[in-house]
Amino acid sequence: MANRSYALDPAIDINQPQSVAEPSWYRTPIPRPELKALVQRDDATAGRDYALWAVLLMASGAIAVATWGSWWAVPAFLVYGVIYSSCDSRWHELSHGTPFKTRWLNEALYHVTSFMSVREGHRWRWSHARHHTHTIHVGRDPEIHGPRPTNIWGLLSGLLYLRGGLRELRSIWVHATGRILPDAALYVPKSEWPKMVLTCRIYLVLFAGLAAWCLAVGSLLPAMLIGLPRFYGGFLHYIQAMTQHLGLAEDVDDYRLSTRTVLMHRVGRFLYSNMNYHIEHHMYPMVPFYRLPALHARIAHDCPPPYPGLAAAYAEIIPTVWRQRVDAEHYAKRPLVTA
Amino acid sequence: MSGWIAVAAADDLEAEDVLGVSVGGRDYALYRAPDGTLSASQGFCSHEAALLADGFVVGTAIECPRHQGRFDIRTGAALNAPACVALRMYPAKEEAGQIWLNLGDTP
Repeated sequence: MANRSYALDPAIDINQPQSVAEPSWYRTPIPRPELKALVQRDDATAGRDYALWAVLLMASGAIAVATWGSWWAVPAFLVYGVIYSSCDSRWHELSHGTPFKTRWLNEALYHVTSFMSVREGHRWRWSHARHHTHTIHVGRDPEIHGPRPTNIWGLLSGLLYLRGGLRELRSIWVHATGRILPDAALYVPKSEWPKMVLTCRIYLVLFAGLAAWCLAVGSLLPAMLIGLPRFYGGFLHYIQAMTQHLGLAEDVDDYRLSTRTVLMHRVGRFLYSNMNYHIEHHMYPMVPFYRLPALHARIAHDCPPPYPGLAAAYAEIIPTVWRQRVDAEHYAKRPLVTA
Repeated sequence: MSGWIAVAAADDLEAEDVLGVSVGGRDYALYRAPDGTLSASQGFCSHEAALLADGFVVGTAIECPRHQGRFDIRTGAALNAPACVALRMYPAKEEAGQIWLNLGDTP
């Protein structure tokens, strides 16, 4: 069988909304009063989580700066980079507008974490909306990270954010010139293009400012604190995030078959904003990250057993993607249980 | 279809909530603001046609259940992406324990 193309189908164009019909996704039924309680947003809960992250970021950054020039800088910057790269899961939650009840807090922090994560916020908001509409539907979902057959080096390069990061830098550059890349043109409405172009230009100015700062002080240190951490410190986030869909079924209208929920330690869940409850997130994306454990408990009876940890998830993922190098039809099948 | 039509019992719609109704095979969303004010709009989100009645009202905004676009339930105005196109609104009133919808000259 010939390899499938993962390029977006040009017939599905956000500028012709009727072409973007959502499949009939299966969702575990939850009575509306219960769901209403689960979707409640709370500034205090989100604020505590984000404040703790900010404190950890500043403290680890201060230690990293203090060790700069010594070998202690290696572990210090690794810790800082891991904490910094938690911006990516926060970017994701904020893109849904769910952590804070106060809307402008979601929006302001969304753009801060978008920059930290090297993701132009406007484009990614629309890309991610399409991902939720057509999760792992080939030719429709722009966020399929494990095309078949597997490109092992492509997957491994993600540990240093090389594949996604460099693609994003190119996208920012092209969009800053006013030209819209063909894939983005299919999921970002024309009315939003000017915002996307403006934001890309602001990003370029900020990147230039960072480079000028490095030159002025004759050191890479400023970039080691802003921007580069997403590359050298993004490995843990990548290892966590690749469990979401990698190696599972494509083109199914049931998140339980295409998405994983992986149980993680509370430190991992803090850094990952509870996105390990990924089936739950896809079924009910309006539920804020801090209520996903409760949602998990509510729908667990109707979902495949969660993986007990990252090791268990990768015990499935690694052999699956390895076989997918030569067998593009192969995937890991999840068991569906009837409550 | 024209004129006022009783579409739901008033008690079925709580304050700060949404209720979906179907009239003549078309879906509509009824809203009650926290101060009790009624309003009504087309039933589907203008972004990707999710049923707004599956969403939730917070204050005077309805949030789409699929992508969290929000609309002002008083005017239909799109408040944040991915909602960009305003909802079509319809006159609504409460009378004799019923919620009434005026679909005007809706085809």
